[in-house]
Amino acid sequence: MNLDQVAAAISERFGPDVTGRVEFRGELSLSLQPAALHPVCEFCRDELGFDLLLDISSVDHFEHEPRNELVYELYSLARGLHLRLKTTAGDDEPSVRSVCDLWPTANWHEREVWDMMGIRFQDHPDLRRIIMWDGYPFHPLRKDFPLEGKFSDVPDVAFTAPAPLSGGPFVTAPVNGTTEVREPRARRAGDPLPDAAFTAEP
Amino acid sequence: MTDHSPYAYDSKIEGNIIFTQLDTAINWMRSNSLWPMPMGLACCAIELMAAGAARFDIARFGAEVMRFSPRQADVMIVAGTVTYKMALAVKRIYDQMADPKWVIAMGACASSGGMYRSYAVLQGIDQLIPVDVYISGCPPRPEALLDGLMRLQKKIMGEASFLEQKRELLASI
Repeated sequence: MNLDQVAAAISERFGPDVTGRVEFRGELSLSLQPAALHPVCEFCRDELGFDLLLDISSVDHFEHEPRNELVYELYSLARGLHLRLKTTAGDDEPSVRSVCDLWPTANWHEREVWDMMGIRFQDHPDLRRIIMWDGYPFHPLRKDFPLEGKFSDVPDVAFTAPAPLSGGPFVTAPVNGTTEVREPRARRAGDPLPDAAFTAEP
Repeated sequence: MTDHSPYAYDSKIEGNIIFTQLDTAINWMRSNSLWPMPMGLACCAIELMAAGAARFDIARFGAEVMRFSPRQADVMIVAGTVTYKMALAVKRIYDQMADPKWVIAMGACASSGGMYRSYAVLQGIDQLIPVDVYISGCPPRPEALLDGLMRLQKKIMGEASFLEQKRELLASI
């Protein structure tokens, strides 16, 4: 069985729920309706032999609709096939069904997505934050979260304060140009934005 | 038989007696047996380990006794990025250390947050605990750590803890 046959089998079974198919450099990505994600995952695991869930990641398409996208990386150890499934989650209170019951490894992946992006997973056995601490009020990898952070305080656990960015080094300037132009090695607070024509000495 | 007076001259200890001030003696002892609390949080801890190994040999300065119990440590070497999640734990361990105690902020991250200007990183451990010596570098080489240690030793040699105790006692009477 190869990836074409996998795609054909999924399309035959779930037809209209498969909304998109992209092949790029031998990698197959299928877009799915959110409601079809769990049945397709179950089908992939039980019928097509995708016994390993490599990763779950999420994308924030800020100011686009639908805002959130989830990416599931599936792998078949026996056949050496890699399949990518994508689905969407809405804007406010995004939520999709957990796949913890199919692959136990999804537990921590989904906790990370919840922690960093604020996407909830229905029927997750233990949906707590995994990187930030319980009580931290934000989801810091969302596009509308500032890099420098926000004030927060959970007494005796942790606190946060915004970091002084000051336009200094390591902060990308909003100008056209290469990385060398946008992120010069030395820049202080109050310095003018780098000139797009300027190229730092190598 | 002659009487042996306790105050008699004893040639065996000639040259082995030093007259000094109590503070100086205490400082000399403290500064040459600094037991570090290795607060290794990131890659700086690797350089801290290198400083403890044979090539750089922190034992030359009497600071080789890494104590993972804060009760037995004199100097906390904060080696690495202090995240907000870890920050209060670092402060708690510092609070558990017995006086007198010192802190070395090793590397850019512990000193100022370094390149991590982000929501997750405390911008310098000096926002929570007093720091005696800052060491630049990302990470600093072991020589830099040893230089920082020698500066801390110099700083300790200038302290007057006994004198201050005496002053406080006199003031309280």
